[in-house]
Amino acid sequence: MTDDHRSGISLRVNGVTHRLTVDNRTTLLDALREDLGRTGPKKGCDHGQCGACTVLLDGRRVVSCLTLAVAAEGAEVTTIEGVEHPLQAAFVAHDGFQCGFCTSGQICSAVGMLAEHAAGWPSAVTADVSPDTPPPTLDAAEVRERLSGNLCRCGAYPAIVRAVIEVAG
Amino acid sequence: MKEFAYRRATDLRDALIAGSTGARYLGGGTNLVDLMKSGVEAPDRLVDVRWLPLAGIRETPDGGLLIGATTTNSDLAAHPGVRRRYPALSQAVLAGASGQLRNMATVGGNLLQRTRCGYFADPSYACNKRLPGSGCPAIAGQHHNHAVLGWSPHCAATHPSDMAVALVAFDAIVRYETLDGGGEIPLEEFYPPVGDTPQRETALPPGALITAVVLPGSAVSPRSRYRKVRERASYAFATVSVAVGLDGDGGSARIALGGVASRPWRARTAESSLLAGPPTADGFRAAADAELSAARPLPGNGYKVTLARNLIVAVLEEVHA
Repeated sequence: MTDDHRSGISLRVNGVTHRLTVDNRTTLLDALREDLGRTGPKKGCDHGQCGACTVLLDGRRVVSCLTLAVAAEGAEVTTIEGVEHPLQAAFVAHDGFQCGFCTSGQICSAVGMLAEHAAGWPSAVTADVSPDTPPPTLDAAEVRERLSGNLCRCGAYPAIVRAVIEVAG
Repeated sequence: MKEFAYRRATDLRDALIAGSTGARYLGGGTNLVDLMKSGVEAPDRLVDVRWLPLAGIRETPDGGLLIGATTTNSDLAAHPGVRRRYPALSQAVLAGASGQLRNMATVGGNLLQRTRCGYFADPSYACNKRLPGSGCPAIAGQHHNHAVLGWSPHCAATHPSDMAVALVAFDAIVRYETLDGGGEIPLEEFYPPVGDTPQRETALPPGALITAVVLPGSAVSPRSRYRKVRERASYAFATVSVAVGLDGDGGSARIALGGVASRPWRARTAESSLLAGPPTADGFRAAADAELSAARPLPGNGYKVTLARNLIVAVLEEVHA
């Protein structure tokens, strides 16, 4: 590997700035887990299809497995370790998990999703996307659609949806 | 993944110099980085263009919209002007991918994303897109989600974008820059016919960077609709999708199909057929049949022809209701 293939970057994670040198191939997920010890984001599929690696980048939910660490420099990264949100207690109260592997991604995704809804964003199941109609209530259909990027192989979806609706309500 | 050099473009010219000497442009990376992991893509250099001032949507003098190339899919779908005047575009974007991916993916990158054909995605198979002349295993193999229109014996892959289907219905124009100057290509002519060059996927000159997509404002009615059929309720590529928009006077319709061809398929034959008579169910069926008379389904995907026909009729009824 030549110097061209590595980069010195600073990553701001949960309010703390870290300096590190990464192989440019390193994903944000691997940098968080392997270099910075933030193992909350999970590696499920590593192809952006399961959502287990979801983190917030400047407040927006993204999959960290398809984000290059070098491309995340300068952004504010929030992992589940940096989240303090009523969703966490709601997931416990509603038993919104079984094995727990997808949970950190589910919660980070739900945090981002609630912010998107609060900003008035429609979804694919919103009947009328016009900005002149009131935003849709977050019912089960809306929550399922908006969180469809997070898979749960234990099938805890009904409880996840109840937990999110309770917090959204 | 092969090693690569990375840097952020400091300005447009800097990006174009890199692009003209073989660097690949990196937008959201949702498709490119994934394909680099599997070895389908193996660039030596990436130049990150998301830091160029190309994001944002603004009104054009003719009442249309100019959508900057690095605008994210999320911001496009949420934009009030898009939702009010081009609702099918918002619906199409929202029908694609997941919330996380839409927050990452850019409009320019969406147009340049590669097919999701399983043989293309797996370097252990032959593929005329990946390795021209090596053959197309899909035509004699698993092709239930492949093309029924416009394919050739060299490739039957479909274009995966939802967004592009709505854009082509609205006569969108792709604007690009090169070191030798800029240009515009109507989206309808952006993806060349498959022919015997399936590896040639766009009409962009070498090293070109998409800078914007322009939606003409003339004669567009807010009565438009995107409807997508897929194998699960969410987060899957289209088996067939359709975008329908009525022109400003409500008299003529624009129709485009997704999931059926190597490009978003503007259904000009159906549109012409509709002009011949009043907007009735019989007329809608005749228009859909006229368009799909050109379909050549493979042994495993004939269902798409029926599906496309029924979708065209259903969505025409919806926008005329």
